[in-house]
Amino acid sequence: MITESDIEHIAELADIGISKDEVPEFTRQFNTIIEYFEVLDTIEGEGAPDTGAVNVFRDDEPRPSLSQEEVLANAGATEDGFIKAPRVM
Amino acid sequence: MAGTLKFSPDDRCNAFITTCAEAPFGEGVLAGTAVAVKDNISTAGIQTTCGSKILEGYVPPYDAHVVELLRRAGAAIVGKTNMDEFGMGSTTETSAFGPTKNPVDLERVPGGSSGGSAAAVAAGLVSMALGSDTGGSIRCPAAFTGIVGLKPTYGRVSRYGLIACANSLEQIGPMARTVEDASRLMSVIAHHDPRDVTMLDRPYDHQPVAGVRGLRIGIPEEFFGEGVDPRVAEKVRDAIGVLEGLGAETVRVSIPGMQYALAAYYVICTSEASSNLARFDGVRYGPAVDTRKSWHEAYQDLRRELLGAEVRRRIMLGTFALSAGYAGDYYTKAQAARRKIQEDFERVLRETDVIAGPTMPTVAFRLGEKTDPVSMYLSDILTAPANLAGIPAISVPCGRVDGLPVGLQIMGRRFEDERVIDAAYTYEQEVRA
Repeated sequence: MITESDIEHIAELADIGISKDEVPEFTRQFNTIIEYFEVLDTIEGEGAPDTGAVNVFRDDEPRPSLSQEEVLANAGATEDGFIKAPRVM
Repeated sequence: MAGTLKFSPDDRCNAFITTCAEAPFGEGVLAGTAVAVKDNISTAGIQTTCGSKILEGYVPPYDAHVVELLRRAGAAIVGKTNMDEFGMGSTTETSAFGPTKNPVDLERVPGGSSGGSAAAVAAGLVSMALGSDTGGSIRCPAAFTGIVGLKPTYGRVSRYGLIACANSLEQIGPMARTVEDASRLMSVIAHHDPRDVTMLDRPYDHQPVAGVRGLRIGIPEEFFGEGVDPRVAEKVRDAIGVLEGLGAETVRVSIPGMQYALAAYYVICTSEASSNLARFDGVRYGPAVDTRKSWHEAYQDLRRELLGAEVRRRIMLGTFALSAGYAGDYYTKAQAARRKIQEDFERVLRETDVIAGPTMPTVAFRLGEKTDPVSMYLSDILTAPANLAGIPAISVPCGRVDGLPVGLQIMGRRFEDERVIDAAYTYEQEVRA
């Protein structure tokens, strides 16, 4: 059972803003969906399957890419070739 | 030969988010052909929004691989089509740019999430379009609007430049009014691209061939069970009967893993989406974040305002499924279920050449009919299994119920897209004759 405070915590983790009046509705929908997920508990065998996949690595190869101008073209705020972000501290 | 195509459609279905009034084209197999592109596929110089306010005004600096190939084939890219926000929906109603309507019946949804591409083709505004399919997003709208849509084998078409939602499930694929056109578009877009590391070098270069003599068609009981409208099931059985009449052999089969398919699909796709969509923070693209606020406050305010409820719900579900400390361990179990479904399909496709069933359990819903998330999710039950298994699947029109189109779905072995195209082509040619 997911509670309203769980929903607020998950929204916080995901940096998804939810308003107070959305919390009860999200909580109700979450519980219905998770109830539907419970069929997965009946699956036989435990743990993630071994896919047999292996990592294939290569050396870094420098090659042409987008220009700085192109990369910054869609940014909301830039300064001296940098992108401005909200303050961290 | 090269030139400019003028394009000013009467878009009464709201199929397009962006149209290009003068679309340049070149020489090649698609010279001068109007092609519409789903708005989650990057087009250099043309706004690409994923149906979301959070990307409004974003103009990609580069083309997706499939768009490079379209341009090289001479196609005129005439516009970007409407879609459920970030592909999250089965009706195109979650788009931030308003719903698309079904050209067959304007009171109905066109299906989703590639509803704009389907409506543009079905309304005759273009002859072909690109969609993308994570759990049915090409096949559902193809079925609901009465056109052809192919979800290629995973790894057959480059995802480079497709704005990622659920990387392990999604493929770009062709949508058209005929199997021949869908196949033609597939020949253009399915070429190896080392920038998509999940791709294999298995180009598609095929002309559809009619003929199903001796073809073994598996009929899974799970595709005709609870929740499937009996009238839809009957139309599909009739269509399979047509193929039998042409010499195909049907085999009753079972895919027991289907009982886990939807739960596994929704755990995996929301988990992948919660990670992928973290990049939409208003810093590098989209409407600008308020840089005077603190980090978390700024993002939360921006994302509450610019992401719709379904997108926020799925990001939260994925965050929940991947978080330690909550009971369930859903992600690991979903991977085990996915493996079981893959094994079921592999086993069945050793005894049979293709598998057939309905594409959708019902005909197109009324606009506004699906309000509850779970009832919306349930409509993906027959399409999501092919994405979990990575196999090719096509939807081809097979008649109508209450005047609304029904889709026959044909699935095949991995990298046997040609075989599902041929089976669909055989059916289409027979019923058109």
